[in-house]
Amino acid sequence: MYRYDDYDQRLVDERVAQFRDQMRRHLAGELSDDEFRPVRLQNGLYIQRHAPMYRISIPYGHLASRQLRKLAYLARTYDKGYLHFTTRQNVQFNWAPMEVIPEICAELATVEMHSIQTSGNCIRNFTSDPFAGVAGDELIDPRPWAEILRQWATFHPEFAYLPRKFKIAVNGAKEDRAVIQVHDIGLDLKKNEAGEIGFRVLVGGGLGRTPIIGREIESFVPWQHIITYCEAVLRVYNRYGRRDNSFKARIKILVSALGIDEFRWQVREEWAHVKDGPNTLTVEEVHRVADFFEDPAYETLPADDAGYHHHIAEDLAFASWVKRNVRAHKKPGYASVTLSLKKPGVPPGDITSEQMELVADWADRFSFGEARVTHEQNLVLADVKKSELYTLWGLARKAGLATPNIGLLTDIICCPGGDFCSLANAKSIPIAAAIQERFDDLDYLHDIGDIEINISGCMNACGHHHVGHIGILGVDKNGEEWYQVTIGGSQGNHAGIGKVIGPSFARAEMADVISELIETYIEERHEDELFIDTVRRIGLDPFKARVYANRQPHRKAANV
Amino acid sequence: MSKVIKNGQIAASDWRILPLPEGDDVAGVEIPAGRVIVPLAVWLARRDELLARGDVGLWFASHQGPEDVTDDIARLPVIAVDFPKFADGRGYSTAALLRTRYGYTGQLIAFGEVLRDQFNYLTRCGFDTLQPREGRYTDAQLDAAIASLRDFTVPYQASVVDPQPLFRRVARTGAKA
Ligand code: HEM
Ligand code: SF4
Repeated sequence: MYRYDDYDQRLVDERVAQFRDQMRRHLAGELSDDEFRPVRLQNGLYIQRHAPMYRISIPYGHLASRQLRKLAYLARTYDKGYLHFTTRQNVQFNWAPMEVIPEICAELATVEMHSIQTSGNCIRNFTSDPFAGVAGDELIDPRPWAEILRQWATFHPEFAYLPRKFKIAVNGAKEDRAVIQVHDIGLDLKKNEAGEIGFRVLVGGGLGRTPIIGREIESFVPWQHIITYCEAVLRVYNRYGRRDNSFKARIKILVSALGIDEFRWQVREEWAHVKDGPNTLTVEEVHRVADFFEDPAYETLPADDAGYHHHIAEDLAFASWVKRNVRAHKKPGYASVTLSLKKPGVPPGDITSEQMELVADWADRFSFGEARVTHEQNLVLADVKKSELYTLWGLARKAGLATPNIGLLTDIICCPGGDFCSLANAKSIPIAAAIQERFDDLDYLHDIGDIEINISGCMNACGHHHVGHIGILGVDKNGEEWYQVTIGGSQGNHAGIGKVIGPSFARAEMADVISELIETYIEERHEDELFIDTVRRIGLDPFKARVYANRQPHRKAANV
Repeated sequence: MSKVIKNGQIAASDWRILPLPEGDDVAGVEIPAGRVIVPLAVWLARRDELLARGDVGLWFASHQGPEDVTDDIARLPVIAVDFPKFADGRGYSTAALLRTRYGYTGQLIAFGEVLRDQFNYLTRCGFDTLQPREGRYTDAQLDAAIASLRDFTVPYQASVVDPQPLFRRVARTGAKA
């Protein structure tokens, strides 16, 4: 894991001092609401429904146990004893009063954490593969590159007031687990024929009001030039992105308006001037950063562990957890564990201070002191010995963090929605709860198999509803909450935007609608065919027919 | 005469910024004697006359850039960039381009909605003069605002004032053992 040196620390400390003074000036009336707004947003502070919402950065999702303990302490001291992990691999407070945020910042700085650029029209937190460094299908570890780029983007003077927010994700494995296709810039690490490392660069992806899959702008940018290349993209965007209408201000709109070829041409033109400049990366710098991500001190273990297999054979509950929540690891004798934050009855992504402290303890005891956040809003212990899985499972089960549902229907991605977010058109947490309650039979869930349900409370798409196999979007119709359903969306290598199945539904209908979609799938599926593949094969019609069969009459009012 | 921050010190602004003439009468507008900064359009319309004077600079609106006047840049005594809103970040790129690509070494003024919370970024992009809107800051507040110039003292990335990124400026240690 990356560790701060004096320079990193100084910058974070200087931010604390800067923000403390900005808060002071704001409270003293020297910095108006409008003037304070971008400043506080660039420090993660929103004004929300109940209280300010405060978002803390977790670069590429990595958390040390001492950082988890600090978050637990802060949640207990300043919030209501729980926190929320988000689809941006970040964490959010929901109830801390505005005046204490500088205090929280200062506390975070003591454990190498901050909230820099977690919101606002700037370059946001870099996201990446939660299984980076341990996945068997990894070609190149994305973390050093994400860290190098994070540093470049932090307090970048030229790009702090962009037309709109800017999100960058880095992937280095065969399978894209960082959703790079729906980012403003998606970076895919690869090697060219000569074996040199570089990046395939995608641009102009994004969800929100206008969901668009990113386009390839370069098939290979050599690693030395990745900062200058990003700089060229950002400069073109900063100068020519639309500023007249915030709904049309994302880079995806600029890329669509110009066409990818013209946009590429403009970026290359710009790049020609900055390429080979001082921001060209050096081998020394890459090595310095990469050293932080060397493998931990793995033991040499046999690939299989007799006790582990014994427990799988003897204990069905353990076996079912292993099947869903344990992943293969590149090192023999090790595995990666996903701790589910999707226990039915708990809002997806929420975790209590007690649970965080337990996870910190387990990270220390079983996984080299480190945990990771996934964009599906779960936590990962990446390096657990197979021989210790049974013990860990027992502990996690007691703490409510071992629901064996990773990748299953109840592992729902869900934004905070109307319960917390002032932009929401509808609530989303109760929808997730209703679905989880309806599908409470684990055997049935396992039989349905891999499926992703994503819920957003409005078209900003914080819950990634467009790329859910089933996507649910809260919509407002004459002041009432309705829900629009899409199917066929997907993340990963074949990312795609789901299609709307028809008029939207009332909240009370949602669990039924999901049941009907699932029943249609069960009837139509070929052996071993996943939901998404069935949708791709047979299209929307059979699903529509089933869902709307008995619903047509009262639909008119809700035709949004 | 309003006060500005110039090279880190409070100073009286010694240039007069001519607003865009009403009705966009760029050819007929009266240009006062003395140090004056005219809008880009006026400059383009009256270039020869103004170049001959030697005490006239130009200012860019936020959507404008140096591309149209690259030949004149070296001869301009002053260039200014308007920030109609402090959240309009195009002027940062304008400054960076002037200082790096076009080699401009003269005085570079940021004016308009220029707030102390942006001072650090503005100077790192190459502005040497910061001219907040008339009346935005009291003298005491402007004095205090000088501290913001040094909000961040060891930035990571290369910029106009630190043309080398941190990884080239200093020897950073590697991973802790
Ligand atoms: C509660 C406070 C929140 C507010 C006010 C908020 C605001 C927004 C807005 C305005 C957008 C649309 C941006 C655009 O398309 O230009 C957006 C998109 C997004 N937000 Fe949030 N959000 C909040 C919470 C969250 C949470 C909790 C998550 C994660 C669960 C999240 C993750 C995202 C993602 C992934 C997108 C879509 C990104 C894209 O378009 O590429 N946000 N948010
Ligand atoms: S999708 Fe809408 S409701 Fe949900 S968190 Fe984002 S802005 Fe709020």
